[in-house]
Amino acid sequence: MRITQGCFSFLPDLTDDQIRSQVQYCLDKGWAVNIEFTDDPHPRNTYWEMWGLPMFDLRDAAGIMKELADCRRVYGDRYVRISGFDSSHGWESVRLSFIVNRPKEEPGFRLDRQEAEGRNIRYSTRAYAADRPEGERYGSA
Amino acid sequence: MAQPTLQAVPNAREKPGDGPVTSVDLRREFEAVDIASILAQLDRELIGLVPVKTRIREIASLLLVERIRQKMSLANTYPTLHMSFTGNPGTGKTTVALRMADILHRLGFVRRGHVISVTRDDLVGQYIGHTAPKTKEILKKAMGGVLFIDEAYYLYRPENERDYGQEAIEILLQIMEAQREDLVVILAGYRDRMERFFQSNPGFRSRIAHHIDFPDYSDPELLAISELMLAAQNYRFVPEARAAFVRYIALRKEQPLFSNARSVRNALDRIRLRQANRLVSELDRVLSSDDLMTIEAADVLASRVFSGGSDAPTMPT
Repeated sequence: MRITQGCFSFLPDLTDDQIRSQVQYCLDKGWAVNIEFTDDPHPRNTYWEMWGLPMFDLRDAAGIMKELADCRRVYGDRYVRISGFDSSHGWESVRLSFIVNRPKEEPGFRLDRQEAEGRNIRYSTRAYAADRPEGERYGSA
Repeated sequence: MAQPTLQAVPNAREKPGDGPVTSVDLRREFEAVDIASILAQLDRELIGLVPVKTRIREIASLLLVERIRQKMSLANTYPTLHMSFTGNPGTGKTTVALRMADILHRLGFVRRGHVISVTRDDLVGQYIGHTAPKTKEILKKAMGGVLFIDEAYYLYRPENERDYGQEAIEILLQIMEAQREDLVVILAGYRDRMERFFQSNPGFRSRIAHHIDFPDYSDPELLAISELMLAAQNYRFVPEARAAFVRYIALRKEQPLFSNARSVRNALDRIRLRQANRLVSELDRVLSSDDLMTIEAADVLASRVFSGGSDAPTMPT
């Protein structure tokens, strides 16, 4: 099951050139660009690991594309996303975020039903990948 | 929908769909990038430096031709653009580096045309593991522009084998080679020390395409520079003051720590100080704009240089 989230979630995966233009757009707006990765695909997992520090004061996307290439080399089997953080007053939040890398196989989610008091049912989703410990979820890259 | 194929096209910057061009109007190309105006500005604002200007003109022509060759699909390698500027202090290395970035930007060889000016401290860390992220950070900032490393020879300290400078050099070399299209590195420093630096780091020498040597200024050139600086701040010499300044330059040149145009600028700053002092000492008068602009001989002659003292930066008069 193909996980989607953030900007462009309705589109096919972006090519490197397309990623580069989006990153350049962030930089032209003066946003700090971050690279984050995770291997827990649950939609409520909002806090991903950061690849290095947020990249402030850059002018050209080439530096970020290099970091992304480095990150893919190490964590090519995980989800990687790029986000643009706007530090200007009043925003101070992530303005754009999109997935730039995903595992080759995404096993998807299982729906758990729990029978609660009366005839109530509680639902929860659980990623099949999350059954295995962190770092072994998608095989090695 | 067909997937766009990825291929190593040398002229990836050109619009897709442009087939190889077979003939090019050289004049139109030349005017389109408008380097003529930069070169003219260089001539106008930088006094002397004839060999430097000649080299820059040559490089600009080469790059223009290279650009056309790329359009015609004749060139398939990206030219190496890293440079080294050697010369004594105050000979205009930084100023020329800024112009160089502009030229490269107009010709489309760097994408943004900004200059990041750094020294050893910005690249080399203080403890193990500090250098690599620091150097990479700077390199990332310089991507798409020009990285100007002033006094580059400080990066290499042969007397200390555990110096972290070597690590910075290795990262620099790697990026200079691998990301030639994203970044132009300009090294600057004194001639003899840079020479030694290149001898001990042969990798650097071979990765640098253009070695430009900045000559010292002659006395008339220094005078012309001083008048240009004064004119920019709406000051002017009276003829006697100019004569005095000619003598000042001749005397100052013989003293230690003379750094060409920088020394001239410092001397002018002190002259302006003395001029202001002279004006303020007579409060009961009406000042004309002429008075405020004029520098008298006395303002120049009060310098310690004329009484045999030193005017080196450590001892301001």
